[in-house]
Amino acid sequence: MRMNNREEIIKVKDMSKSFGGKVAVDKVSLSVYKGDIFGFLGPNGSGKTTTIRLLCGLLTPDEGEGRCLGYDIIKEARHIKRQVGYMTQRFSFYEDLSVRENLEFVARMYHLQERRKAVDEALDNLGMKSRQTQLAGELSGGWKQRLALTACMLHKPKLLLLDEPTSGVDPEARRDFWEEIHRLADEGVTVLVSTHYMDEAERCNRLAYIAYGHLVGEGSPQSLIADSGLATWRIESADIHQVAEKLKRINAVEQVAPFGTRLFVSGTDAQQLEQDLSAFAEQEGVNPERTQPRLEDVFIQLMRSSEEKRW
Amino acid sequence: MVTLLSPIRLWAVVAKEFIQLRRDRLTFAMIIGIPLIQLALFGFAINSDPKELPMAVRSAESSAYTRSIIQAIVNTRYFNVTEITDSEQTANEILARGAAQFVINIPADFTRRLLRGERPSLLLEADATDPAATSNALAAIKQIPNTALAHDLNGPLASLQSAGAPFSIDIHRRYNPEGVTQYNIVPGLMGVILTMTMIMMTSLAITREHERGTMENLLAMPVQPLEVMVGKITPYILIGYIQVLVILAAALWVFHVPMLGSALLLMLGVLLFILANLTVGITISSVARNQAQAMQMSFFFFMPSILLSGFMFPFRGMPQWAQVIGEALPLTHFLRFIRGLLLKGNEWMAAWEHLWPLLAFTAVMMAIGLRRYRRTLD
Repeated sequence: MRMNNREEIIKVKDMSKSFGGKVAVDKVSLSVYKGDIFGFLGPNGSGKTTTIRLLCGLLTPDEGEGRCLGYDIIKEARHIKRQVGYMTQRFSFYEDLSVRENLEFVARMYHLQERRKAVDEALDNLGMKSRQTQLAGELSGGWKQRLALTACMLHKPKLLLLDEPTSGVDPEARRDFWEEIHRLADEGVTVLVSTHYMDEAERCNRLAYIAYGHLVGEGSPQSLIADSGLATWRIESADIHQVAEKLKRINAVEQVAPFGTRLFVSGTDAQQLEQDLSAFAEQEGVNPERTQPRLEDVFIQLMRSSEEKRW
Repeated sequence: MVTLLSPIRLWAVVAKEFIQLRRDRLTFAMIIGIPLIQLALFGFAINSDPKELPMAVRSAESSAYTRSIIQAIVNTRYFNVTEITDSEQTANEILARGAAQFVINIPADFTRRLLRGERPSLLLEADATDPAATSNALAAIKQIPNTALAHDLNGPLASLQSAGAPFSIDIHRRYNPEGVTQYNIVPGLMGVILTMTMIMMTSLAITREHERGTMENLLAMPVQPLEVMVGKITPYILIGYIQVLVILAAALWVFHVPMLGSALLLMLGVLLFILANLTVGITISSVARNQAQAMQMSFFFFMPSILLSGFMFPFRGMPQWAQVIGEALPLTHFLRFIRGLLLKGNEWMAAWEHLWPLLAFTAVMMAIGLRRYRRTLD
């Protein structure tokens, strides 16, 4: 596979971090390769933000070791900061500075040559030339997010760490945003992005799923689906809620997910599930069709199995 | 019907307030700490009737009589002889530096003239920059000529005190002859106002970044702690100077406070004082968790600064422990500097004595601030 001879941008091993006795990240090991769009998924409070902060030197790991862009994440955080663009979950540029003033501040922070030109270009790309004097605090959520991305790209970092960049952003802005991410990846920038959204996960070429501070699954979307051991059927019905309630009583059915007028029924014991479903189909007059498990089903499966391991 | 006061909802608010109060440890500490500190300061430290003030003796001669007079003066408990000299220049310097509050001058032929019944006089020079600090002592000394020599002038000399006091003491209030309180208060106010505004404004500087979430971004960028701290205090130096000019203008033209010293020296001293306060503010800012805490800590620093620096109450009236605390505060040294400069016309050498503590204070504070500056979000 071509993956193996690519340069490793992030390599961490058994990294742990706790806050006041509560373990936020537990022995996480990760490898991210040059040019990857690496999706980082997991429920709220699972340790995504903490992991990202550990990678860019904003937090010091209690245990473990790692290298980011060839630098030690504990001892050489200063060098990492110069070459990483980090976009925080919450807008963290200065709301009482204008768009231009924010960009100029960032440009000075990174000692950019030809500062004025760099800022002008960024404003052009952003399409905010006419609004450069507007205060950042007055921008809408989508514009704030675009400003933040532009600002953390200003110094042309080799690695982008994006922490839930599209939360609270409308669908169109989200699509534009992902187009931009793919364009950057084509240019050789490595992107690590955390998200809740499954459609965004599908746009990544590699994924990792974290739950309760543990990394529970890692790989390409296809391999995660293939390795999940899940079998999924699709059932169309006008009255999906009633059907869903009945399906949940079947033992082999592990997940029932409504999706518009369709239900996605998944389980790990494919044979048993198929038998049960055909009996159910005759009884209820529905027509189950075998389909690919969706990423969402895979992740819920991963999360549940990690829960079982914990308790 | 709308209930005006529902006991259940009222209790909900009360209970919530108590819970929040209990969890906010610093506020809780202040509720207990402030009365205790105030009691200690007002009850023990502050004494508006300062005793045992340092006095230098410049004697051109020494006899049993002059020694008796000095002893009588010391016996009032308002004076304490700290230095004996025969040079007028030294005596002047001591007073200008503030090393002594008084200088008593004994002229060369005092004893001879005393014994001849000429009723000679002694000159007592008082540093009257702070009229409150010296007034009681000056009142006490008025009795001295009548009683000091009661035991010495006996036998044939008894007649010398039969018709009133055998000698007199002339009092010369130096630097502020009319005892104008404003001369003391207005320059002091400059220090108080600078302390308050400089510390409060900078104490919010870093906590504000933490609270608004911008700190996360700042820390992710390759910026050094010293760059952040110095960068944040620099604008306030200018603001401090604007305040100084406003207060100085008012002092000179509204309150007619004299300005005997050099303007250049004044501006230098002010700079050191502003820096000292800004480093306090920025250190508070790197320690405090939020803006409210930063304000509380500023207040904690501000209170002893006002009470123990000699601004409100005479420094020499305080017990030793309070003076030790006072010596550690920049306002104490600035007050000495600014009063010395405006009212006494202190030159560089005399001023330096009050300026180096400010430099030392700034260096120590900056070191603490840099140590406590959090480079990560841990």
